[in-house]
Amino acid sequence: MVLSLMLMAAQSSAVADCQVRGTGDLGIVIERASGSVQVVDTTAQRSLFRIEGLGDLSHASAVFSRDGRYAYVFGRDGGLSKLDVLCGELVKRVVQAGNSIGGAISQDGTLIAVSNYEPGGVRVFSADTLEPIADLPAIYDDDRRSKVVGLVDAPDQRFVYSLYDAGEIRIASFANGKTPSVQVFPAVGRQPYDALITPDGKYYIAGLFGEDGLALLNLWEPEAGVQRIVSDYGRGNKKLPVYKMPHLEGWAVANEHAYLPAVGQHQILVAHAGDWILVDRIDVHGQPVFAVARPDGRQVWVNFAIPDNDTVQVIDTKSRRIIKTLKPGKGTLHMEFTPRGEQVWVSVRDADEVQIYDTRTLERVATLPAEKPSGIFFTARANKIGL
Amino acid sequence: MRSKRLRLRHLLCAGLLLAPVTGHSDPPAARQAELMHLLKHDCGSCHGMTRKGGLGPALLPETLAMKTDEQLVLTVLDGRPGTPMPPWRGLLSAAEAAWLIDALRAGDGL
Repeated sequence: MVLSLMLMAAQSSAVADCQVRGTGDLGIVIERASGSVQVVDTTAQRSLFRIEGLGDLSHASAVFSRDGRYAYVFGRDGGLSKLDVLCGELVKRVVQAGNSIGGAISQDGTLIAVSNYEPGGVRVFSADTLEPIADLPAIYDDDRRSKVVGLVDAPDQRFVYSLYDAGEIRIASFANGKTPSVQVFPAVGRQPYDALITPDGKYYIAGLFGEDGLALLNLWEPEAGVQRIVSDYGRGNKKLPVYKMPHLEGWAVANEHAYLPAVGQHQILVAHAGDWILVDRIDVHGQPVFAVARPDGRQVWVNFAIPDNDTVQVIDTKSRRIIKTLKPGKGTLHMEFTPRGEQVWVSVRDADEVQIYDTRTLERVATLPAEKPSGIFFTARANKIGL
Repeated sequence: MRSKRLRLRHLLCAGLLLAPVTGHSDPPAARQAELMHLLKHDCGSCHGMTRKGGLGPALLPETLAMKTDEQLVLTVLDGRPGTPMPPWRGLLSAAEAAWLIDALRAGDGL
């Protein structure tokens, strides 16, 4: 009798860690120096789990399964980790390349694509088992391989990505199952370093490092080719050093405009969505790294590269003015809004904490400890195109 | 006789002017901690926190072995135009750049 009770207790404790709840208000915080990830609850404002053993997360990003239960974390060392956020467990990890920068999940949720620096290209895996499905080497000029950046999912079961060294944009379509067809757009501009897709999945925009401007591909009219937009935005101004590359992924489209980090200017460029005409430049505190829109688009929050990475500025998109300058602390690396945007979570690496701000009052309301936190990703991304 | 002594003095002065670039004094301890933090996290943004590379090349001791200290210090201070490697001259002194190069060669902090 006692023995069977003990056995029952042992069995129930093995599953006791798994929560019985929805995942819609959960998220993950990358702890970049310790190869770990915290699973957090944005309603309770607390940490549920720490998952360890995820390798080199010095640059890491994540996407979520369509049911919001699993996070796929893409690590710098080529690690692809599938995490169960309900149970706080690492389900499966593969090291699929030497050096990797980010990834995406397909429209139907069955495929995970990873963008690799080394070997340059995109690799595609089963979202269920992480088994390899396709390999798309980024070969150009006959025999050279390019780093791949700016990988996003797009409607019609496609992935869109950019080749940093080659200056190309490519579309890989998995509409016919596991064998992709790839369309190449050459000569889009010098050194595309990242990209975004608009929330409706219509426009893919790659930022260029090697020249002033961005490369735009209208996915509803790919036959029209890639267009340069916002060219020469730095003309006449001295180029300032860029100590950290801007990041375009994220909701930079707000109030019918795209808010884009300039490269080598301390400005946010504002372009009217659709015709992409530059309508405004907003002088900001330093070299912008992220410009992230609140889900309703009324605010854009901006953080900066060193030596200005202790600051966040909030732009009101109605007036296009900075309405607040915050000083969360050194190493303010990333910002993520709660699903309807009443709060934003801000990672402050050098303070070993995540700070939570109310977006209406712009006051800090809570703080959570974290070890050298960098990226913060909430499950609300699970069914958003491009995230 | 007199002209020989003058030439010797000139040679000695010239020898001092050609002292190697790594003949520098170490930064104070608190600044060393800041520099190692910068190396790990901010250089690490592009070169990887394990220094195996990323957007920028690897910075492991074996990767740097074939380059001179002067080349590396100048790369840190002036950047590589046309690439994302920026000039750090505004944020680091030459002595600090040299100290960081020494740390990289020794694999410190790895």
